[in-house]
Amino acid sequence: MARFKKEQKKELPAINTGSMSDIIFMFLFFFMVITNMREAALKVKLKVPNASEVQKLEKKSLVATIYIGEPLSATENTLPPGKVSVQLNDQTVKQEDLVNDVRDFIGTEKEARSEEDKNKLTFSLKVDKGVQMRYVNTIKQELRKNNALKINYATGKKSEMQK
Amino acid sequence: MARKTPGINTGSMADISFLLLTFFLLTSSINTEQGIPRRLPPPKENTEEIKIDINQRNVLDVRVNFRDELVVNDEIVPLSQLTLKAKEFLENVENSPNLPEKESKYIDNIGEFYVSKGVISLTNDQSTSYSGYVMVQNELQRAVNELRDKISTQYFGKRYDNLDTAQQAAIRKAVPMNISEAPPVDYNQQPAQ
Repeated sequence: MARFKKEQKKELPAINTGSMSDIIFMFLFFFMVITNMREAALKVKLKVPNASEVQKLEKKSLVATIYIGEPLSATENTLPPGKVSVQLNDQTVKQEDLVNDVRDFIGTEKEARSEEDKNKLTFSLKVDKGVQMRYVNTIKQELRKNNALKINYATGKKSEMQK
Repeated sequence: MARKTPGINTGSMADISFLLLTFFLLTSSINTEQGIPRRLPPPKENTEEIKIDINQRNVLDVRVNFRDELVVNDEIVPLSQLTLKAKEFLENVENSPNLPEKESKYIDNIGEFYVSKGVISLTNDQSTSYSGYVMVQNELQRAVNELRDKISTQYFGKRYDNLDTAQQAAIRKAVPMNISEAPPVDYNQQPAQ
């Protein structure tokens, strides 16, 4: 019994927390590497459709995104009849400026890339499920006119579609 | 050195890094960019460049109407059947005269291969919903992927995804993805008769 009493008297040693910060930093770097920052605040409501045959885009830096969806607030610019907005960078586009704005957007995105990357630039269309094709077709038409031919229909991943 | 330098207190370091961690967790989205890649046809000065020289048997006419319903070669088809139809069309196992012709081509890594000349012509309505359109694109892509997997297993004993770049290029040549998008129609804008 004497032995037990002796041990009870001992103080509990403090846990060494020095390596805790290292572990947290490791977490931090992990998340920094696998995630990508939201580059623009979304002004439109977006729920992309799901598809099973998706491919991952290889390089995040070679992707420019065009958003099409319902506007989140009433003050945003919409295309007639007023239910759908097109967002480039962080602004929604006015109907009368659509052609020019899309052209400028493609121009600046291409300008920002090096000469060899220009042809690899992909325009990703993030379009809400319910949007009618007429808006998407207009954008596709503009992309085509401006020689931005690599496009991508952004979708979620669904492993197996229900038949 | 008479005096020891006091150790820096690192207790709050974990707190700081926790703060950073939460910041990154909140501001970032894990889902990577993914989707169905497509290539638009190059721009032409004259917008009416419809190729009529393509033989009728080489075209699979896929139409999506404003209710997201499908018509394949003038026949209403449920979405689940589209992959099957497209595969049958592109593969043409029995060299049927109603299905696309095949052209003998020499392809690196594979050798002589009969490449189908089939083209899928996709027409959508202006009022088709985007999800309906993507579903159709997805099914067509699935048909091509399944054919590619089949050919790839036949020649290389592996699935298409597991091949190296040169082999993938060969398979892509053997089973090309030919989708031609016709100008969209607008049913709802047509004058009432």
